[in-house]
Amino acid sequence: MLKIENLKVRVAGQEILKGLDLEVNAGEVHAIMGPNGSGKSTLAHVLAGRPGYEVTGGSALYEGRDLLAMAPEERAREGVFLAFQYPVEIPGVNNVYFLKAAINAVRRHRGEQELDAMDFLALVKERIKLVELDESLLNRSINEGFSGGEKKRNEIFQMAVLEPKLALLDETDSGLDIDALRVVAAGINALRSPDRAMVLVTHYQRLLDYVKPDVVHVLSAGRIVKSGPPELAKELETRGYDWVVQEARSA
Amino acid sequence: MSTRNEEVDKLVRREYAAGFITDVESDTLPPGLDDDVIRAISAKKNEPAWLLEWRLSAFHHWQTMPTPNWAHLRIEPIDYQAISYFSAPKSKKDAPKSLDEVDPKLLETYAKLGIPLREQEMLAGVAVDAVFDSVSVATTFKGKLKDAGVIFCSFSDAVRDYPEIVQQYLGTVVPPGDNYFAALNSAVFTDGSFVFVPKGVRCPMELSTYFRINAMNTGQFERTLIVAEERATVSYLEGCTAPMRDENQLHAAVVELVALDDAYIKYSTVQNWYPGDENGIGGIYNFVTKRGECRGPRSKISWTQVETGSAITWKYPSCVLTGDDSTGEFYSVALTNNWQQADTGTKMIHIGRNTKSTIVSKGISAGHGQNAYRGLVKVLPSAEGARNYTQCDSLLIGKLCGAHTFPYIEVKTPHAVVEHEASTSKISDEQLFYCRQRGVSEEDAVNMIVNGFCKDVFRELPMEFAVEAQKLLGVSLEGAVG
Repeated sequence: MLKIENLKVRVAGQEILKGLDLEVNAGEVHAIMGPNGSGKSTLAHVLAGRPGYEVTGGSALYEGRDLLAMAPEERAREGVFLAFQYPVEIPGVNNVYFLKAAINAVRRHRGEQELDAMDFLALVKERIKLVELDESLLNRSINEGFSGGEKKRNEIFQMAVLEPKLALLDETDSGLDIDALRVVAAGINALRSPDRAMVLVTHYQRLLDYVKPDVVHVLSAGRIVKSGPPELAKELETRGYDWVVQEARSA
Repeated sequence: MSTRNEEVDKLVRREYAAGFITDVESDTLPPGLDDDVIRAISAKKNEPAWLLEWRLSAFHHWQTMPTPNWAHLRIEPIDYQAISYFSAPKSKKDAPKSLDEVDPKLLETYAKLGIPLREQEMLAGVAVDAVFDSVSVATTFKGKLKDAGVIFCSFSDAVRDYPEIVQQYLGTVVPPGDNYFAALNSAVFTDGSFVFVPKGVRCPMELSTYFRINAMNTGQFERTLIVAEERATVSYLEGCTAPMRDENQLHAAVVELVALDDAYIKYSTVQNWYPGDENGIGGIYNFVTKRGECRGPRSKISWTQVETGSAITWKYPSCVLTGDDSTGEFYSVALTNNWQQADTGTKMIHIGRNTKSTIVSKGISAGHGQNAYRGLVKVLPSAEGARNYTQCDSLLIGKLCGAHTFPYIEVKTPHAVVEHEASTSKISDEQLFYCRQRGVSEEDAVNMIVNGFCKDVFRELPMEFAVEAQKLLGVSLEGAVG
């Protein structure tokens, strides 16, 4: 589904990704771990098309198409979803109204009929249960006055409604207490499916206690330096990142 | 060969010009402004002597006044002697014969706003047959209003048919010498609207619908007077969401509202005059004096405006709260894009006891637009228990525009509560990216955010216009991002 080769990306003149390779197939969950500043969030953002990221080399194919050539909204409509680490507040724009605009943009793109208010509401009420989010938040402005946990749950809720093919989750576990983490993880697990791929970007291993990845990658200084089974995450938790970085240097 | 052509051209033009002058003698005054011009205007309209005197004294006062320069606006000097102050309705000869002859850009905008074809023709000034569907509609309205006892007619008709009412109220809210542009208007106004709602009558319809069909070409110096007697209620919508075909550069209108005991006047404006092009060339100068007086106790006047047009907007719809327990409201959305400038706001003058006022102002600046809110809340010693709440928000789109806030607060009684809240925000790249990442285009995202920002004001508009106003903001903001 996603095939990244030798990807090089600059942000504000500084090279952050320095030749990254990654391949993710439908149905798989990949965890990207690594120390601060290794380029994890940059990877998530560049795949979603955030402006300000300059691709200087390599490629990223999404379902065989050049992902990096598409506008951010086109990527979204094609099924790429980014759960933001810091979801932005948009005062005055109703949460559920926004979500309706989003889902219908996706449906129009696919040549499907737009959902009417009734069907949409039914879908929303069903999916919101996944993340145990209070229904009153639906009619508030997007993320305005939401607690940190509510913002993260709102991201997963949006993902549940939009049903992407490729979900990029950027530090979704950060700032969550243990109960919220459990809820969010349950939501993510419920959305695992054979046609959907997920990339979890995370600094800590704790999310992976609840969402078991198929592959764990270690990102260091802009490259993936080690990939392995879920047990690798555990090892990182106990031993830290230094040894992997050392290993990679000496290799 | 080409010289010959030029000569032919000249000849043709001269001929045309000659024909035109005959017209002019009967219908249009030559440019310039002096006592004789004012006498001529008054004579053409068969006005009573008192009105001529009124005009002349306004004119003499105007001559002593300096051009105001306190607004946050860059205004090219206006040559008042170069303007023709009376011109009869445009002859159909000059008007486009059909929509095919109208600027396609204009038509595109109409289509986006969802304006019916018939109305498009009217707005674009197409010379349509005098007898068409809406005339009969208008007649129906007229009958309904008459049955209710509501007078709604052109200002000229009012002067002819109800001179005593006009004389009783004209200039009592905006005195002829009130300010530079009001004085000019008082001297040379040609027409406008007149509404009189008698005691206890609730006007049976929004005067908007009627207005949109009938009172389009009210001209450059418009004069409007609305009187609501005791317990009367009226809602009036001026203007039009569609840009109008209009060659006049300077507009100086005066609107006066009078609300007697327990009366309620709601006055909504959607202004979308030509704003000039992307480079700031052309566009209307819109200098308007709007003021209402809550003369009777418990009366209420509510202004709602959506200002998206004009190159320059200079406008402060105000309320003089004379009656005890009276209420004044001002809800405003002002948008400036490209090179537009707006200096707009309100004045709430609290005179009676327990008077209340609410101000909600939303300024949106995009492109090189400059948007200033200027507001005065004045509480006189007599206004014990007065309350004001002001909320004044600015939204910036892009890096080249400006938002400015000039609130003036004067409180002369210790028993008043005045609150002022202000905010300035920007549509951030993060917000746009967030929306786009969910599949929403940048343009839709901006519209969504802007409409969210304006929600509190749109709520105050009559239903059908709230929807159009939303679309209008979208159209006016086109090209503001990206």
